Amino acid sequence: MSTLEDFRRETRAWLEANCPPSMRTAMPDGELVWGGRTVEFKHEDQRLWFERMRDKGWFCPDWPAEYGGGGLSPEQNAVLESELRRLHCRPPQINLGIWMLGPVVLEFGTEEQKRELLPPMARGEIRWCQGFSEPNAGSDLASLKTSAVDAGDHFVVNGTKIWTSYGDKSDWMYMLVRTNPDVPKQQGISLLVVDMASPGIEARPIDLISGKSSFCQVFFDNVKVPKRQLIGPLNGGWTLAKALLQHERRAMSKFGEFSLPTHFDLLSIAGKYLPAQDASSPADVALRQRVYAMAMEEMAYSLTAQRMGEEARARRNVSGLMSIMKLVHSEQEKDKFEVLLDVLGHRALGWEGEAFEPQELAIAKAWLGSFAQTIAGGSSEVQLNVVAKRVLELPEGNAGKQGK
Amino acid sequence: MSLVYSEEQQLLADTAAEFLMAKSPVTAQRKLRDEAAEGGVSEGFDAALWREMVDMGWSAIPFPEALGGLEFGCKGLGAVFEQIGRNLSASPLLSSIVLGGSVIELAGSETQQAEWMAALIGGERRIALAVDETPRHDPTAVALRAARDGDGYLLTGTKAFVADGVGADAFIVAARTGGQPGEAGGISLFIVAADAAGVQVSPMNTFDSRNHASLALKDVRVAASARLGAEGEGFAALDAALDRGRVCLAAEMLGATQALFDTTVEYLKTRVQFDVPIGSFQALQHRAAWCYAHLQLARSAVMAGLAAMDDPALDAEARARMASLAKWKAGDAAHRISREAVQMHGGMGVTDELDVGLYLKRIRVAQASLGDGDFHVQRYGDLSLVET
Ligand SMILES: Cc1cc2nc3c(=O)[nH]c(=O)nc-3n(C[C@H](O)[C@H](O)[C@H](O)COP(=O)(O)OP(=O)(O)OC[C@H]3O[C@@H](n4cnc5c(N)ncnc54)[C@H](O)[C@@H]3O)c2cc1C
Ligand SMILES: Cc1cc2nc3c(=O)[nH]c(=O)nc-3n(C[C@H](O)[C@H](O)[C@H](O)COP(=O)(O)OP(=O)(O)OC[C@H]3O[C@@H](n4cnc5c(N)ncnc54)[C@H](O)[C@@H]3O)c2cc1C
Repeated sequence: MSTLEDFRRETRAWLEANCPPSMRTAMPDGELVWGGRTVEFKHEDQRLWFERMRDKGWFCPDWPAEYGGGGLSPEQNAVLESELRRLHCRPPQINLGIWMLGPVVLEFGTEEQKRELLPPMARGEIRWCQGFSEPNAGSDLASLKTSAVDAGDHFVVNGTKIWTSYGDKSDWMYMLVRTNPDVPKQQGISLLVVDMASPGIEARPIDLISGKSSFCQVFFDNVKVPKRQLIGPLNGGWTLAKALLQHERRAMSKFGEFSLPTHFDLLSIAGKYLPAQDASSPADVALRQRVYAMAMEEMAYSLTAQRMGEEARARRNVSGLMSIMKLVHSEQEKDKFEVLLDVLGHRALGWEGEAFEPQELAIAKAWLGSFAQTIAGGSSEVQLNVVAKRVLELPEGNAGKQGK
Repeated sequence: MSLVYSEEQQLLADTAAEFLMAKSPVTAQRKLRDEAAEGGVSEGFDAALWREMVDMGWSAIPFPEALGGLEFGCKGLGAVFEQIGRNLSASPLLSSIVLGGSVIELAGSETQQAEWMAALIGGERRIALAVDETPRHDPTAVALRAARDGDGYLLTGTKAFVADGVGADAFIVAARTGGQPGEAGGISLFIVAADAAGVQVSPMNTFDSRNHASLALKDVRVAASARLGAEGEGFAALDAALDRGRVCLAAEMLGATQALFDTTVEYLKTRVQFDVPIGSFQALQHRAAWCYAHLQLARSAVMAGLAAMDDPALDAEARARMASLAKWKAGDAAHRISREAVQMHGGMGVTDELDVGLYLKRIRVAQASLGDGDFHVQRYGDLSLVET
């Protein structure tokens, strides 16, 4: 106990000394640092914070030191997280590899794969993207068709992945492929890791309703992938994929804590655009009421995030809470932007140009962007299925499996 | 500010759960209702049960030790109210202790506290808070007049929806000594004995079978010593006491909603139609899942509301915001879930045989008590919005 307290004291002192003050503020969009072969820093403090955390092994504090991690026990890791939260430290980098693939390699990879893949990941040297979804395999991921055919010492991969976030900017991809088309769909899937520089790979960005996006469709044309890049057993990828998606959900909810509160503060924007109380028409009053109610819903959500953290630290089962966070947050965001659009009136309808203020244009873009949030990472309907099945333990529908 | 019960608070919740399940289950509330209809008890609660609650110390929970309390805070009280909600248990804990007792704690002189606190906590006497006059709660809307009359006052006007008003020994009456209805200034608080000349108490039989009353006051004379706090400055203490009541009522609604939701999910698993449990229909699954999500949001808001009442670092405005958030979100979740519960029980949901209807009715009354959703949205927002 006393050693854990010592660790807390040392950690606090180290963070106080090493986390630059500008890295302890709410993070605006576009200030995320992405680890990878080429890391871009907006300013020097970002670099310092990145390098110091990297050298401490604290990009992955609870991984074993031999694979480049910090070697912390779960208890120490919890202390570190609470100290990071206490100081409002920004995450030093964002890296899908560390959050999602890393834990899966640790659990299922061979010793050789761990030594090869984990240390560069832990130093933030490789940017990873996730190649799961396909045009005909979205919610029903297991119906994916991109094939990997055995060709001796390597696989030959053909097909296409879609919605791959930063597919054009990433160094490596972890992907699900079909290695056996003749068995029930979950039993013929494998997990591969692929260098995006391999010949035969092309990533094309997709334009969204909100404009240019970081999402790509990635095409694979006879891409050679060495067999040692198969993670876990051949045709055993579905189990790994499920583990990986668990890590994704956990990372998302943790990341949610950092990005709260959102930078469009409803009440202060309403204060700016709505007429003062004594100059309000009945319609203004009604709109004001909707603004208030929306702000209260947001507050109830952030209190729930806080409660979940507290319950998790008290080692209570928070799987029920965890399963509603993404659903509630993404649906609330959608509702919130509708209210904001009403508050701003035609000021929120701009696409580009001088006639609108930057914040007004940003709100319009964010409104359009909010539609993707109830689809990406498991649609709201799929989330509701999960709550019904796993949390409420309602019986399976007779119309067959309803996802998850 | 912690959003979970401490070990001691959880222990209290467990004791309350055990006690109420044994002594005051929903069947007991049903019996109270049916007996009242046949001319039995008219106070809406079982006096013997109330005595036992007092003996267990529940009535002392929120008050400072100096006033004979346990100083166990609103969060401790919330743990009890949740269980009260689960069992739909009726008692004057909210009216006489949380509301009445709090006004006397916050606004009373030492003499008034000496006269009342021990008697309230000990359950020997019962007091009820008379605020509302109009159909919808708004404590600034007080119009009942208190006119100076020599060294005392004459009170004239009406009150409505006074919780546990029938059989109360006295009322705390919010009256206007200055200003206009709609203004917080000019409101004064008086203790008025139920048997004072000119006081008429009439029962309002609400559909939750609880005790509510309307009051008619005609030239009721009270001494200046019956005034709680300074003349015209009663609103702050009144609103602070109401906030404690609001979060406790929110906790009661949360408990009731949780119980009703559990029952409904169980029904979805057992009721078979089209050869399958109806819980396998996605149309119902998604609605049930949303109910669960709102219940979780409500729980967080209620815990924050309870904790805010106990947090000395917060000012009155910050507490008021959190109380409004708790009352609003608990009411919102309770409203959604009680409506779904009836619907998902099909034809059985509208029968008196099931308890579903008892929960629906209690929840609807609790929603309207101490400020409905619209009231609390307005209040939260007006305290939050910064006009620029
Ligand atoms: C912005 C964005 C980023 C993304 N990033 C990535 C990424 O980096 N990597 C990656 O692999 N994928 C990514 N995705 C893909 C994402 O996981 C899929 O879009 C998602 O799983 C939904 O699949 P779909 O688009 O094919 O929709 P569909 O599955 O075709 O769904 C269409 C509609 O049907 C509903 N539906 C489907 N199944 C059910 C059911 N069982 N019950 C009820 N309703 C159902 C859905 O909710 C939806 O409303 C991203 C998507 C978006 C929008
Ligand atoms: C006031 C009243 C008067 C009535 N009068 C008559 C009368 O005169 N004669 C007579 O014969 N009957 C009468 N009925 C019966 C009425 O027709 C049934 O109550 C009704 O058909 C629903 O059946 P249930 O009550 O068994 O509910 P259930 O069928 O058990 O339904 C329970 C819940 O499950 C839902 N549900 C059921 N199946 C599905 C599905 N496939 N997909 C999604 N959700 C589903 C329902 O919508 C409901 O919410 C009356 C009922 C009432 C309440």
